[in-house]
Amino acid sequence: MLKGRHLIDPQDFTVEELDEIFSLAEEIIKNPEDFAHTCEGKILGTLFYEPSTRTRLSFETAMLRLGGKVVGFSEPSSSSVAKGENLPDTIRTVGSYTDIIAMRHPKEGAPKYASQFSPVPLINAGDGGHQHPTQTLTDLLTIKIAKGKISNLTIGLCGDLKFGRTVHSLIKAMSRYENIKFILISPNELQIPKYIKTEVLDRKLINYIEVERLEDVIDSLDILYMTRVQKERFFNEADYIRLKDSYILDREKLKSAKKDLTILHPLPRVNEISMEVDSDPRAWYFKQVKFGMFVRMALIAKLLGVS
Amino acid sequence: MLNINSITKGIVIDHIKPGYGIKIFEYLKLDKANFTVALIMNATSRKYGRKDMIKIENVIDLDLTMLGFIDPNITINIIEDEKIVEKINLSLPEKVEGIIKCKNPRCITSEEKGIIHKFVLLDENKGIYKCEYCDQIYSWEG
Repeated sequence: MLKGRHLIDPQDFTVEELDEIFSLAEEIIKNPEDFAHTCEGKILGTLFYEPSTRTRLSFETAMLRLGGKVVGFSEPSSSSVAKGENLPDTIRTVGSYTDIIAMRHPKEGAPKYASQFSPVPLINAGDGGHQHPTQTLTDLLTIKIAKGKISNLTIGLCGDLKFGRTVHSLIKAMSRYENIKFILISPNELQIPKYIKTEVLDRKLINYIEVERLEDVIDSLDILYMTRVQKERFFNEADYIRLKDSYILDREKLKSAKKDLTILHPLPRVNEISMEVDSDPRAWYFKQVKFGMFVRMALIAKLLGVS
Repeated sequence: MLNINSITKGIVIDHIKPGYGIKIFEYLKLDKANFTVALIMNATSRKYGRKDMIKIENVIDLDLTMLGFIDPNITINIIEDEKIVEKINLSLPEKVEGIIKCKNPRCITSEEKGIIHKFVLLDENKGIYKCEYCDQIYSWEG
């Protein structure tokens, strides 16, 4: 039963519960007009403590397409937070006005803390470099549609694996499916954090390797998940400039890749996927961004218990 | 060897890893006690070679779970009429609240006032905990 639940970490839901959301998302994709009034009379609160136009618009359009309404703020300076209000008070207040909350915060664990005070379902829309579960739902749905399954796959994760929260969430989520092999492609400085290795990969005896060069492993991949080297995650500009162009996917590198490779990217991209790749049938990232809205529609409907 | 008289009624915290006695002494705020307390450091131990001990001549309300977090190998002896009437073995607690602080500068605990730092046990053998909010690893061994 998903009604009334929070989504803070991808592991909050069982694989079966995730399947329930994906099935509904696939129904919505087929017949979106059938769901145009599903959330009539319901209000989504979007609390964005750091700007993220893409994720916010995805949540807002998801609610609007379900016939619901949206309130919220897109940066804390335009809210009571700027006056020094603490997080529990903000959440209790917004939870009194709305039926469901989507929250993004620069501090890791903020949505978890907020959920302890929320009278309505709270969705983590990204917390610092930590988790981004609705991006994970988007990624899993895209993989399910592209491959027809989320098992027996070799997935390469490339770029900033240290600060990239989408990568952390995706590893956690995919490690629960059968026979998944991870190939972690990053510079040494941007390898995945220790807790992901200890708590997820080593603990569950998951098959994974860490490599530095994309071209050495691209031929073995079923899925290639590219990530942006994010400027705001670096402590100094010099490190960013030195590393940002390390991992760029272009037509040349794709020559040795499988014909049915699925290329994913959480977007926005800077230059890590060359624009010449966009017309390649293996590029799924623009479909992926659309599936993100549909999976958020399914999630909102399930948490509100109106599907 | 230095002799400390046995106590009639009270608690003996035994088999403390050398150097950790003072930590437990401070945690239990025994420096402010108005009853007899002895902190013995580097005593000879048949089991570990060296150990710290604390003898408390009083009945105090001990938070045993949290002592287990400070040192899971210690034993607690409850003394009555100069005899051990109960021996308690400790283990690492499942949850640790308000004892240690999350060191991740990006964690919500570094920003919100009044938030209690909470850790959850991940691996009992290795003494590994994680912050309940940001997942930052805390190793008991340091």
